Amino acid sequence: MTRSRDPVLSVEGLSLSYDTPNGELLALRDVNLTIGPGEIVGLVGESGSGKSSLMQAILQLMPAAARVTGGRILFEGRDLVQLGPHGMSGLLGDRISVVFQDPMTSLNPVLTIGRQMIDIQHRRPESRAAKRRRAVEMLRRVRIPDVESRIDRYPHEFSGGMRQRIAIAMALMAEPALLVADEPTTALDATLEIATIKLLRELQQEIGCAILFITHHLGVVAELCDRIDIMYAGELVESGPVMPVFRDPRHPYTQLLFACDPAQIREATRHLPAIGGGLPDLIDLPQGCIFAPRCPRADQTCRRLHPADRPAGRSELVRCHYPDAPRLEVAR
Amino acid sequence: MLSYIARRVTLAIIVILTVIAAMFVMMHAVPGDAVRTALGPRASEAMVEAYRARLGLDQPVWVQILRYFGAILRGDLGQDAISGTPVLQVILSQLPDTLYLIAGAMLVAVIPGIHLGVVSATHRGSLFDRVTSVLSVSVMAVPSFVIAIYLLLIFSIRLGWFPAIGSGDGLADKLHRLVLPSIALGLAWIGYLARILRASMLEVMAENHVRTARAFGISQRRIMYDYVLRIAILPTITVLGMGIGQMISGAVFAEIVFGRPGVGKLVYDAIANRNYPIVTGTVLLTTGFFVLVSLLADLLIAFLDPRVRNVISR
Repeated sequence: MTRSRDPVLSVEGLSLSYDTPNGELLALRDVNLTIGPGEIVGLVGESGSGKSSLMQAILQLMPAAARVTGGRILFEGRDLVQLGPHGMSGLLGDRISVVFQDPMTSLNPVLTIGRQMIDIQHRRPESRAAKRRRAVEMLRRVRIPDVESRIDRYPHEFSGGMRQRIAIAMALMAEPALLVADEPTTALDATLEIATIKLLRELQQEIGCAILFITHHLGVVAELCDRIDIMYAGELVESGPVMPVFRDPRHPYTQLLFACDPAQIREATRHLPAIGGGLPDLIDLPQGCIFAPRCPRADQTCRRLHPADRPAGRSELVRCHYPDAPRLEVAR
Repeated sequence: MLSYIARRVTLAIIVILTVIAAMFVMMHAVPGDAVRTALGPRASEAMVEAYRARLGLDQPVWVQILRYFGAILRGDLGQDAISGTPVLQVILSQLPDTLYLIAGAMLVAVIPGIHLGVVSATHRGSLFDRVTSVLSVSVMAVPSFVIAIYLLLIFSIRLGWFPAIGSGDGLADKLHRLVLPSIALGLAWIGYLARILRASMLEVMAENHVRTARAFGISQRRIMYDYVLRIAILPTITVLGMGIGQMISGAVFAEIVFGRPGVGKLVYDAIANRNYPIVTGTVLLTTGFFVLVSLLADLLIAFLDPRVRNVISR
């Protein structure tokens, strides 16, 4: 995919830390990420990799202890960091929308679906009836059966899959330029997951919005996304078009991550493969490359110097000193 | 829903019957002889026996209990031991003044209590929040009769803004005289409600759906008063229901200090005079009132919370 057009979102050198009783926790360090118009970008990483922190920074819905210590988040020419939570509320639910992870708790339990869908159109100078018609129309598009009678029901009267479709309908009703989807299918079972992803892709094509799809499910990324961005311990370590990166990952973490994906295992085994070691302490960071303590081919350079972002193979960004080294496999 | 109401009403009736029985037992366990007290020390033995027979106190205890239940079911709470007027009539004549007082106290408590709770939760940890929390605990700690006496000293005696005693005639005068007693009775509840609501709001604010509302750019004010308060108020309603019931006993102090007629004043005088029928009648009616208000609070919650409504209707 060419990236000639201006990106919808571009995160440039973003650093974010949390004030904790034990010191400053460096949750994001110099993160670079771009999303082109209409692009679906899969953001992958294990728990604690900084996916959620990055999402919260983009939405400016950060906890009180969080502080952006450097970088910019450009959206349609505006820096969201400068805009802050207050200025951001003008964009949220209009140009940028979100679908959250848990459909069982992400809707208000004591307000009807219709009421909530009318409320989120608070910027439109229209009658309630017009807003309600738009809500009905949008619920039809996400295939909620029998919408006219169901719109005045409460969230608990819908199944999990339906609630997530309602959340998608709410997010896309304003036809945003960017949809942030935070593990929207993780809480659903496998069949619902596939159906929800299909629906999301259909709606994305109709509306033409870009999607930042946060997940730890590599299969979903392969199925849905145009690009993949891999995060590790607060850094974005590799970024590129989905299929080429899957075929030829360049960062050692990406290589090991793919090798550990249970979907990749061909032979019967008693032990699932794993990357040795654990996440580094983000309050007291190791010198040099963040992945060096776990990387099988780390050398003195890796342990001493922090690597720069560089293109390698088909990947546009690899944060590694040796992106052209032979591909790593996991020892079984 | 209907079966839920039926179940709650049955429960309420059982509570009232238990209270009647308990009260009967307690009245008999209390030292002192009602008949001798009523007739005075110079009454002859024959007079005492005759009066005892008239009141049915010479019968076995179980007969007395059954008669008592039967009478109550007929709405007969006995006669005032002193004036001979039916107890029900005496209490009902005093009830409106007490109900006005409770309504006034509720008004004093609810509106500031809710707003303080919401604002404290919204600006958690701020100076406003800390000051509110200290003041809340302070007003809760001071007994309402102390507040009543100080209000009386400052606003009636020193400043002369309000009449000191009586319930007044005519609407304007009645309302004027209601101000100080209502504040005396309601002030502690401002703090109590603010504390409960703040905690409950903070709990709801941490729920995912609030984050969703924020992510759609809905204003903070709208989120707090519409999305959070609507859920956070539910436990407060239960507390408020019990609070209204408790206020009847709180009213005793306010009514005595401000010299107002009312159920509290009535029962206070009745206890002093060992006027048992009035005491038991009042206890019975206030219990009924307490149970009724709690019942209404539960039904209101069921009405306001679609999740409860749904569980109930199954």
